[in-house]
Amino acid sequence: MSALLRIPTVLRPAMGGESSIVVDGSTIGAVLAHVTQKYPAVKGQLLNDDGTLHRFLNVYVNDDDVRYLGGVDAVVTDTDEITLIPAVAGGAW
Amino acid sequence: MVATCIRALPDEGCGLLLGTTHGDVVDVVASPNVAASAKVYEIDPRVLLRAYRRADDEDLEVIGVFHSHTHSAAYPSATDVRQAPDPTWHYVVVSLATLPIEVRSYSIIDEEVTEEVVRIEAVTRSRADD
Repeated sequence: MSALLRIPTVLRPAMGGESSIVVDGSTIGAVLAHVTQKYPAVKGQLLNDDGTLHRFLNVYVNDDDVRYLGGVDAVVTDTDEITLIPAVAGGAW
Repeated sequence: MVATCIRALPDEGCGLLLGTTHGDVVDVVASPNVAASAKVYEIDPRVLLRAYRRADDEDLEVIGVFHSHTHSAAYPSATDVRQAPDPTWHYVVVSLATLPIEVRSYSIIDEEVTEEVVRIEAVTRSRADD
C-alpha cells in the first residue's frame, strides 16, 4: 500500500526537507518502520523502544487519531493521508 | 489570546499562532486545553491538524503557540522550555497572576530563552472558538 505522509515542519530537516512523502506499509507501524529505516535520526521522536508510538506524537490517518484505531496496528490503505503531529504542550508546573 | 486564557480559567488556556515566516501573526486559533489542568496545557491535536491544513490552504504557517500561567509570571517555565516543539516558533505566555495581565513572547532555541518584542499593528474582532 502506498499512502501520503505529511511531515511537520520541525521534522523536515531530518527527513530530506520534504513536506510530504509517499510511504509503503499497510499499518501505521509498517509505515513508521519504513520511515525510520530511511531517516534514522527521527526514530526517537516517533517511536518508543518497544515499537509503540511516542507519547508526544499524534498520528492521524485522514481525520482519525490512530490511538483510537489501534495505534501502530491502525490500517493504512491507498489514498490515505497520514499526518504526523508532534504534541504541543507545556505549562507553569 | 487574553480572552481565551480568561475563558479557560481555572485551567491554563492555550492556542496557536498562524502567520508568516517573518513573524507576522495573521490569526490566533484558540484550542481546548486537553490536559484540563491549572498547571499544564496541551493543544488539542485536532486543532493542530486543522491549523496545519488551513496553513497549507492559505499559504501560511503555524508560527507559534500561546498559553497562560494562572499564578506565575509571563516567562517560560522549565516545562515550557523542555517541551518547546519547534525552534522557529514564537512562544507567548499570558500571565493572569496579577493585574495588569502580561503578555510576553519568546523564542526558545536549544533551551535558551530570548524575549521578543511584541508589536500590535491591528485589532480585529475575535471569532468564536474554532
